[in-house]
Amino acid sequence: MGPDALFGYMVTTSVRTWQRRVNDGSKRNTLMRQPIAALFLALFASTSVFAQVDLAGMWAAREHQDWMERLPGPDPVDYVGLPINDAAREKALLFDYSIMSQQEHQCGYYTPFYNAIGPQGLKIWSENDPVRGNRVVAWRMSGFIDIDVTTIWMDGRPHPSPNTYYPYGGFTTGKWEGDVLTTYTTHIKSGYIRRNGAPSSDKATMVQHIYRHGDLLTIMSRLEDPVYLTEPYVVSRTWKLDHRANIAATSSACEPILESSRFDTPGLVPHHMPGKNPFVDEVSKMYNLPVEAVLGGAETMYPEYRKKLKDKVKRPDKCTRYCGQDVSLGLITDGSGKPTISQ
Amino acid sequence: MMPLNKKIFGFVRGAIAVLLLLLPTALCAQAPKAPQTGKPGALIDLTGYWVAVVTQDWKQRMVTPAKGDFASVPLNMASKKIADAWDPAKDEASGEQCRSYGAPAIMRVPARLHITWRDENTLQVEIDAGTQTRLFHFGEWKPTGGPATWQGESVAHWEAPNGTRPEEKPATGSLKVVTTHARAGYLRKNGIPYSANAAMTEFWDLAKEANGEQWLEITAMVEDSQFLSEPWLSALHFKKEANGSKWDPTPCSAIW
Repeated sequence: MGPDALFGYMVTTSVRTWQRRVNDGSKRNTLMRQPIAALFLALFASTSVFAQVDLAGMWAAREHQDWMERLPGPDPVDYVGLPINDAAREKALLFDYSIMSQQEHQCGYYTPFYNAIGPQGLKIWSENDPVRGNRVVAWRMSGFIDIDVTTIWMDGRPHPSPNTYYPYGGFTTGKWEGDVLTTYTTHIKSGYIRRNGAPSSDKATMVQHIYRHGDLLTIMSRLEDPVYLTEPYVVSRTWKLDHRANIAATSSACEPILESSRFDTPGLVPHHMPGKNPFVDEVSKMYNLPVEAVLGGAETMYPEYRKKLKDKVKRPDKCTRYCGQDVSLGLITDGSGKPTISQ
Repeated sequence: MMPLNKKIFGFVRGAIAVLLLLLPTALCAQAPKAPQTGKPGALIDLTGYWVAVVTQDWKQRMVTPAKGDFASVPLNMASKKIADAWDPAKDEASGEQCRSYGAPAIMRVPARLHITWRDENTLQVEIDAGTQTRLFHFGEWKPTGGPATWQGESVAHWEAPNGTRPEEKPATGSLKVVTTHARAGYLRKNGIPYSANAAMTEFWDLAKEANGEQWLEITAMVEDSQFLSEPWLSALHFKKEANGSKWDPTPCSAIW
């Protein structure tokens, strides 16, 4: 029984006892019972039994980290900073972006981890107990583009059997630790941890720590995947409260269409054959990085790897593409496809 | 007519009830004790060795990015002009190789942190990359008024969970740090500038995982009306390490 439930029980019990005694005409111990009821009321009413944080609101995205990954999207075969294993790498190298254009994939969603790596703002709202309105039964995080609504159950229900249905939104429970909401997600469909095909399996689970500091909301997402990751993949992201933002709660209805006549070919599945991915050294050449760095792995996440790269990397002289996010600095085009300001 | 003794009992009963209702207020009024600060008031234990786990902005953090790579930073035209003139060899030659290791940038540098209490009111954060030290001052500390330094001056206080009463010491909380008076430098290795008027607000939080891992989460907001079109927000994570066996102080470098 939580503190709010205990408080409700004690007040209700005291009042009912008092009413019953009044109705019965009983005078036993009433001298003490009224002050005891008052004591309960006084002590509990003066304590913040609902000492948690309201997460509800429109949380606008600020693409101040991983701008390229979140907005235009990552380059093919760019797995830097991902703790992937060989199996993940092999699967990722088979990936062809065109698979997203197949009619059977057009309306698919990313996994709940996409809240961490996608570009979208968040609308968060609560579902309250319809009888006792002061109890949050669940928090909901908007689906918006490419992702389903995440429901964070707060009522202590258990996670279902691993053999049950895996919805796009997964199954998430949450609990407060001070002002931090910690959530745990299971039943995640197989998907991607980067939009260039780096995979996650349906054995993946996710823990998120949600911190609110005034108008800032930070979520640290920690994905574990025994199939494709050698250690947890952690991503942190911050949103800013914006009452004027109009963030949709759910994605629009999706209707698959034929995007290219190529996909009319029966049996066509866009892919690269093993060992034949033509982009395997593209990022390597663009950034003068060793291919082994581009192919990722846990080692690439730690500071000592920077030292290892020192004698292997020659900094490109000038950034030539995806160099800045501010519209005033090059994303406004004159219709020719070229930035209005050269970079 | 009600007997006198019942009237007295009724009066006493009412008086006790009123007194009990007023009791919490009276107790609060008699307990103006300020919440403890510094080490005695620590709501979370940040001490130990922490390693930056670089999973974001990898190509801007793990290697020195190309001139003109402004991705993720809400810079303005004045900032772009300066960044376009970035010359790392010149910085190195003029002894300005620590420009990208100042407070508004240092937590994004791939590094290890060693956090200790220097004294009861000063939390010391050493960073091995660039061999830098940040000092977080608690309590009544006042700025020295001396020349600006790379790490500036940081004032810190603990933030208790919502609803905590002044006399309580909760089991958890956050650290809020406001840093000003940092010497002008670079937000990124490739010369995106911040001015001497930049201010940074940080929130330091801990996360403990079921497998025993501990993570430090830092939410940072850099404000600089001279060089940023809006506050620059970032969230950074560090994993706790058992000891300092991988601690490896290195000097600043403008080139690498």
